[in-house]
Amino acid sequence: MITRRAKEILQEVQEYVRLCVAAVRGIGSGPWYFRDIVQQFDAIGLGSMTVVVLTGFFTGAVLALQTGMTLDQFGARPFVGRLVSASMVKELGPVLTGLMLAGRVGSGIAAEIGSMVVTDQVNALRALGTDPIRKLVVPRVLAGTLMAPVLTVIADTVGIIGGWLIATVQLRVASSLYWTSITEGLYVQDAWMGLIKPFVLGFVIVTTGCHVGLRTTGGTQGVGRATTNAVVIASVMVIAVDFFITRLLFTLIY
Amino acid sequence: MPGAAAAPPPRQTPAGATVVVAFEEVSLAFDEKVVLDGVSFTLEEGHTKVFLGASGAGKSTILKIILGLLKPDGGEVRVLGAPVHHLAEGELMRVRGDLGMVFQEGALFDSLTVGENVGYKLIEEARLPIEEARPRIEEVLGFVGLGAFIDRMPSELSGGQRRRVAIARAMAAKPRVLLYDEPTTGLDPMTATTVDDEIIKLRDLENVTSILVTHQLRDAFYVATQEAVRRNGSVVFEPASTAKADEAEFIMLKDGRVHFEGNAHALRESTDTYVRTFLS
Ligand SMILES: Nc1ncnc2c1ncn2[C@@H]1O[C@H](COP(=O)(O)OP(=O)(O)O)[C@@H](O)[C@H]1O
Ligand SMILES: [Mg+2]
Repeated sequence: MITRRAKEILQEVQEYVRLCVAAVRGIGSGPWYFRDIVQQFDAIGLGSMTVVVLTGFFTGAVLALQTGMTLDQFGARPFVGRLVSASMVKELGPVLTGLMLAGRVGSGIAAEIGSMVVTDQVNALRALGTDPIRKLVVPRVLAGTLMAPVLTVIADTVGIIGGWLIATVQLRVASSLYWTSITEGLYVQDAWMGLIKPFVLGFVIVTTGCHVGLRTTGGTQGVGRATTNAVVIASVMVIAVDFFITRLLFTLIY
Repeated sequence: MPGAAAAPPPRQTPAGATVVVAFEEVSLAFDEKVVLDGVSFTLEEGHTKVFLGASGAGKSTILKIILGLLKPDGGEVRVLGAPVHHLAEGELMRVRGDLGMVFQEGALFDSLTVGENVGYKLIEEARLPIEEARPRIEEVLGFVGLGAFIDRMPSELSGGQRRRVAIARAMAAKPRVLLYDEPTTGLDPMTATTVDDEIIKLRDLENVTSILVTHQLRDAFYVATQEAVRRNGSVVFEPASTAKADEAEFIMLKDGRVHFEGNAHALRESTDTYVRTFLS
């Protein structure tokens, strides 16, 4: 029983890796479906803007509030900007954007592709001479991988602005002090980390959504199950992968 | 393409006709459930094969195996000379270029308009500019009587209209073989007959080889025993000659095996109890 389950999981991982390899290969060699690529940049990139801006703003604000309280114990309230920027850029921006994308994009992809699978639309694509990897997976992987860093930078920026609002209005820190402390807290390595993380997370989220969607079975009910699975798996992957990238980057670039 | 190079030339029957599809002892099981258990048949160019059988008998599975969408566990499948049972996905694309499939529920692309669905292969795969593909799209939509629906979305169509769009999409790239998966199920008799007429027209006037999966005997017999001829510039339907009617063969599936094989006459006269219950 346990060995059978382990075998299933192993098979699933194998399939996932195969999909990732095929997707990367598909990006490198044509034919490309440009209309779908543009559409996915719009759906994944622009479509996620609102949720990312809102999350970023409140995260930055609550960070300032919490750290301001702690810093007061050491009489270090003016350093609030430093903490907001460091946490936002290195950790919270990438992870929270990743989680939002897992919920919004991962589920959307699994539902869309899953319903195409159960209604034979994916088979129809293949019958008409189209490789579903190139038509469905490649555009989503491109958009997810390239838009996640952009969205993260936006979340970081809005978060820092949220922190500024709390710092100046509530904590009564001078505006100029906040901004200098922001830049003092950031190193080039942090910026790299803040960009590499969402790049990888974006790839993981969309490939998870595609993989789960393409393996949907069992009609409409199956689509519902696939959607839930995609969100759960992608969210856990975001947190786990974030840890491993952090670990890796600490040894590589710091 | 290694697969193409290894493929022998299409088999010739004694009469010299080309075999388009040949199954040899094909078997397939999903987990423990055996769906096909040694199915063999051949289909010659320009002929029609009608598959009958209860729901779940494996009819759709056979069509998917022909297209290479499913791989059989055992046996050999040759389609237009190519051994599709062991071709890789990339090599299958060339074979699929000569095939058209009408899926059971239509399988239209929800996100595309009717016109984009019909012209999918021309626009997305042959990469024709839209204005070059448009005349052909209009032509085939006119063929199935839906010329006015070119800019509608599939969700705005009735079941019968969706089915006809699916036929239009399958025939748009002029395939040599058309596979129909229950094209008339759920249609009223009038609409069903227009769909049947399209199948007959494509077979008799364009020499398209057809495989028809259906539950509806009325449509099966109609397709098998009618013939389309062009007379004075217009197409008329008339009872097929005996030779022509013999070109339509029925196969009834039961428990994963071919239970009955023969022409319309033999099917009507069959004394087999299972066939009789199916006919009644
Ligand atoms: N992808 C699949 N996975 C598991 N079972 C399947 C799959 N496709 C078809 N089946 C099963 O195979 C049997 C034959 O299906 P099908 O060929 O669709 O029958 P039908 O003759 O009604 O078209 C059915 O019992 C169906 O449940
Ligand atoms: Mg079926």
